Amino acid sequence: MSLEIIGLSKHYGRDVVALNDVSLQLRQGECFGLIGESGSGKTTLTRCILGLEPPTSGRILFDGVDITRLGAAAMRRMRARIQIVFQDPYASLNPRMSAHDIIAEPMIIHRATLGLEHRARTDRVVELLGLVGLGPQHLSRFPHEFSGGQRQRIGIARALAVNPELLILDEPTSALDVSVQAQVLNLLHSIQQRLGLTYLFITHDLGVVRMVADRVALIHHGRIVEQGDTAQVFAGPTTEYGRMLLAAMPEPDPDLSPYRRG
Amino acid sequence: MSGARWLNLRRGFYRFRRSWLSMVGLVIVAALVLVALVGPALVPHPEHVAGGINTTARFLTPSASAWFGTNELGQDVFSLTIAGSRVSLLAGISVVVLAAGFGTLVGAVAGYYGGWLDEALMRFTDLMLTLPSLILAMAVAAAMGPGLGNTVFAIALSWWPGFARLVRGEVMAKKADTFVIAARALGAGTPRILGRHILPNIASPIIIKMSLDMGFAILTVASLGFVGIGVKPPTPEWGSLLSTARGYLPDYWWTAIFPGSAIFLAVFGFNLLGDGLRDVLDPRARR
Amino acid sequence: MALLEIDNLHLAMRSFDGEAQVLNGISLSVDKGQVWGLVGETGCGKSVTGLSVARLLASPPARYFGGAIRFDGQDLMQADEAAMRRLRGRRIGMIFQDPTTNLNPVFRIGEQMVDVALHAGATDPAILGLPQGAPRRARLAAARQLAIRMLDRVGIPKAVDRVDDYPHQFSGGMRQRVLIAMALIGKPDLLIADEPTTALDVSVQAQILQLLYDLVGEEGLAVLLITHNLGVVAQICSHVAVMYAGNIVESGDVRSVFKQPGHPYTRALLAAVPTVQSVRGALQDLPGAVPDLIHPPPGCRFAPRCALATPACAQALPAPVPVGPLHSVSCLAVGAAA
Ligand SMILES: Nc1ncnc2c1ncn2[C@@H]1O[C@H](COP(=O)(O)OP(=O)(O)OP(=O)(O)O)[C@@H](O)[C@H]1O
Ligand SMILES: Nc1ncnc2c1ncn2[C@@H]1O[C@H](COP(=O)(O)OP(=O)(O)OP(=O)(O)O)[C@@H](O)[C@H]1O
Ligand SMILES: [Mg+2]
Ligand SMILES: [Mg+2]
Repeated sequence: MSLEIIGLSKHYGRDVVALNDVSLQLRQGECFGLIGESGSGKTTLTRCILGLEPPTSGRILFDGVDITRLGAAAMRRMRARIQIVFQDPYASLNPRMSAHDIIAEPMIIHRATLGLEHRARTDRVVELLGLVGLGPQHLSRFPHEFSGGQRQRIGIARALAVNPELLILDEPTSALDVSVQAQVLNLLHSIQQRLGLTYLFITHDLGVVRMVADRVALIHHGRIVEQGDTAQVFAGPTTEYGRMLLAAMPEPDPDLSPYRRG
Repeated sequence: MSGARWLNLRRGFYRFRRSWLSMVGLVIVAALVLVALVGPALVPHPEHVAGGINTTARFLTPSASAWFGTNELGQDVFSLTIAGSRVSLLAGISVVVLAAGFGTLVGAVAGYYGGWLDEALMRFTDLMLTLPSLILAMAVAAAMGPGLGNTVFAIALSWWPGFARLVRGEVMAKKADTFVIAARALGAGTPRILGRHILPNIASPIIIKMSLDMGFAILTVASLGFVGIGVKPPTPEWGSLLSTARGYLPDYWWTAIFPGSAIFLAVFGFNLLGDGLRDVLDPRARR
Repeated sequence: MALLEIDNLHLAMRSFDGEAQVLNGISLSVDKGQVWGLVGETGCGKSVTGLSVARLLASPPARYFGGAIRFDGQDLMQADEAAMRRLRGRRIGMIFQDPTTNLNPVFRIGEQMVDVALHAGATDPAILGLPQGAPRRARLAAARQLAIRMLDRVGIPKAVDRVDDYPHQFSGGMRQRVLIAMALIGKPDLLIADEPTTALDVSVQAQILQLLYDLVGEEGLAVLLITHNLGVVAQICSHVAVMYAGNIVESGDVRSVFKQPGHPYTRALLAAVPTVQSVRGALQDLPGAVPDLIHPPPGCRFAPRCALATPACAQALPAPVPVGPLHSVSCLAVGAAA
């Protein structure tokens, strides 16, 4: 797996520049953190990579193939190799489908490439549920019967169903409580270790990205303003924006607060 | 049925029960359906329903032997009103089902594909919406002749645009939902996205509208009967019963009041039920 | 006597599945100039606590079955709706979590603020700076001036020009400032802010925290800040109460709670936050799930998830044990050690 984004721009209408000449390179097996505030273009970038939105200009090379130029059929096959986990576990699962049907759906869509028959699919669903820490007793339950953290696990299982090489995580824990966030972050780490996946981890939580990412990029108004090894960027941001952002990060330590009296 | 679905149903019924008006609606509709199913077989004068007359017993006032009195042909009004429920209800259901089916198809295609297809389909829908339903139905009746089937077809023809507009809006909103985008990201094609993801999630507003529309559909069938282009006698139908009775008002009021009350009861019952269903299926819309 | 005293408050909420014991005897006392953080996992009862203080929970479904809330000596559990209306928007300001109760998109910012100012002025004419019984014209003009002053106060640049804008013309952070400005119009003694920065970017969040900090310093405001962000609590709060399933399990000044957490739940919560020291994949998490409040576990509600639990924990709800001058913990294990 290698993903290279070269000079990617995306305009909506005449005025909105959601992405402006973005270039990034993801290495096999790493966790790449993308940090940006609301409206900075993070979701737009994921949509371009998934082929849900055509970029205005620029190229996205996946293993050397420009996926912005793929035909419909080739793009469908490509979708099995790049998968995504969404931010909102409450909105990203179809409320009328059971956990089994949700996780089995990608296998049905890609049955031509995966070649799994009905029985084999159910076995695989159970296996995937086990991988994300759920069990066969959850098969026939519906999304509203799960907690937020459990739903996000189902979202992860669905993404893993087609054996992707690249997993995009679009703020996978920002709707969760810290204790549940800890479970999901640990789970994502162990899955990456086990399956050798590459992660594109998108977040606005600086504390989370500092822990999970090998390298990070800061995106601001659709532009990458800073990029480098995580420790390096956090130790000494080189841009004004980077310094401002890192200074605003609320550390869970009263002694580090800028607002202490006396 | 899985335990989860069953529990959901019970939960829904709990919300439904909290409003006594919905319960009234449910009871009325259940009673109507029961009457339509078994009533015609149990009426005291099935021969009147079949068109038989009894000139010796014209215009009898309501009494213990003829609960709703008799009409100008000496037929038992009670038997006719009960038998009429089957025709009226069946016609109402057919109108709503046909209209909902066609309207959903048009609305879903327009809402999902958007662009020029949406534009074209919606202009066509608007056009149909501007034609008064009664005039359209009269035209159809004139072209194809009167009769229950043609009446239903004519009304459904003027009824579907409402469903098309509703479904279009719902599909457009659902199309942007994350779980639909998730399905697209998985590589799902249009039939799967529409059939598996979007339509099951917009079933509630469609069902609610169907229930709310039922009463008016029955009323429209009755109006066509009333103006004389709907169901023809001897088939008993509330609208045509009311229409003939009109000539004998106010002296022989009972010939009109009972079929009229039946229409009122049906409209009222289905509306209350529709409102109740809205509470159950779409709790957000509640105030 | 503290400004706000919640004393052993019990609250149940009715629903289809049964009656949930949502608040199980919580006690809290908030003084002028203090910023209390109320933290805990989702559904633990933070918002209903805030709404209870303003008496904004409809009953049914809410049913209070014990305890008292005293505001400046007045028992709010006994107060009637008219008395509560005089307090709300005047002495108690509120910022709600529910986004639908926020700004109305069809009215101008200024109009919405003038409404609030007139309401506050009706109970206390001094807020508008007018004598009792001033003509409506004068009150309207004064309310508008006050609205502009408040927008300026919360840092909206060129407030005079922006007061007639519609909400959609403001960014998310600016809208949140407007909500704070509205809550502060009546010069409240207590501000209840339910997740005021959760939807905002960190940079905007920092501005809002700075604003709250300044207001507390300058006007002696008391704040009940409801949040699940422990970073925010560490930064801005002077005190913190940690809630679990309808109980306050630990409370005290923020430094001693964060530096020497006594309750196993507080410790688990703090350990779950990623920090510089956190090791990837080995973040401490909390096994199990929040209990069902319709059939809550007996005794300490945290016991089923607690590593230190003993059979005694299921016997009775542990009473708060003081572990520092201001710091107390409701845990048998801590009580035994102390
Ligand atoms: N379909 C669209 N039409 C027009 N503008 C859009 C569309 N989608 C996104 N935008 C705009 O593009 C910009 C980038 O949006 P994007 O959703 O990528 O931001 P984001 O970084 O994901 O933000 P958030 O953290 O809020 O999710 C924003 O200014 C947004 O308003
Ligand atoms: N109107 C209501 N009817 C029934 N139960 C309710 C109602 N409002 C709240 N509850 C219940 O009361 C409990 C506490 O809810 P509350 O909103 O206070 O949680 P919270 O701590 O504010 O959570 P969050 O962090 O998600 O805002 C929950 O179990 C919730 O289900
Ligand atoms: Mg986004
Ligand atoms: Mg809340």
